[in-house]
Amino acid sequence: MTTYTATVTVRLKQGVLDPEAETTKRALERLGFELDALRFTERYEVDLDAADADEAADRADDMAERLLANPTIHDYEVEVAEA
Amino acid sequence: MIAVVQFGGSNCDRDAVRALEDLGFEAERVWHEDSLPEDTTGIMLPGGFSYGDYLRGGAMAARSPIMESVREEIEAGTPVLGVCNGAQVGCESGLTPGAFTTNASARFQCEHAYLRVENADTPWTQAYEEGDVIELPIAHGEGRFEIDDEGYEKLESEDRILFRYCDEDGNVTEEANPNGSRGNVAGILGESASVAVLMPHPERAALPTLGNTDGRGVLAGFEGY
Repeated sequence: MTTYTATVTVRLKQGVLDPEAETTKRALERLGFELDALRFTERYEVDLDAADADEAADRADDMAERLLANPTIHDYEVEVAEA
Repeated sequence: MIAVVQFGGSNCDRDAVRALEDLGFEAERVWHEDSLPEDTTGIMLPGGFSYGDYLRGGAMAARSPIMESVREEIEAGTPVLGVCNGAQVGCESGLTPGAFTTNASARFQCEHAYLRVENADTPWTQAYEEGDVIELPIAHGEGRFEIDDEGYEKLESEDRILFRYCDEDGNVTEEANPNGSRGNVAGILGESASVAVLMPHPERAALPTLGNTDGRGVLAGFEGY
């Protein structure tokens, strides 16, 4: 068994309104910054023991499917690295 | 007996019990770590901030063990009503489609909303006529109904939209949409008409002493079973 860190990044699907990001963008503009757009992502770093990187990725994928992301509004991606 | 499931952070459970009792139901709060009583005839998932809204409103409660029992009860035909945080729990657990997410305003909104009855042919709306306008309080930060095109069309074609936000005269407009919900949707049915969720609070508009009793009809939905 090897210890891996699976990084799960959850973001809103394209086209889903993100009011918090919009508000943050406006605040940055008020501070004088110029920007075209701003997106939020949520990032989870999960440490786990697995036989190999694929197994670690599968388990993290399952975690995203069942809890970390809401498939109605979110896309997600999983990256795995040895811890 | 209607079981009002109390999670850590629920805060409308007492109001729900009081309103249901005023309507003549037997109701009691059931702590989420306890089992549903043998004589459960209905289940209400109340409003509040279960698990501090960690991750997303309702996300944690939706995965708690008592929801397995709720699913079994639904299979057996027991009616389930989710209100506010309970509606978020309903969507997060897949009892109802779609998601209730951050208001378009990015603010918590506590105000009165007008709702147009879209389908009066359900247990939860039979007290009203289609097109009736009722007034209920809303109090949420994550009440914007989101669903993909396919899911939305399915809800419409199967007549599963219970209420839409509207103005005082029943016009469903963008201005009358408090939170940016798709199609001004405020409440929907699950796969079966015995499961319903809505963001507005019928239990806060149920006692005559409080003036507004527009919500009694929704709670009366438990009667049909």
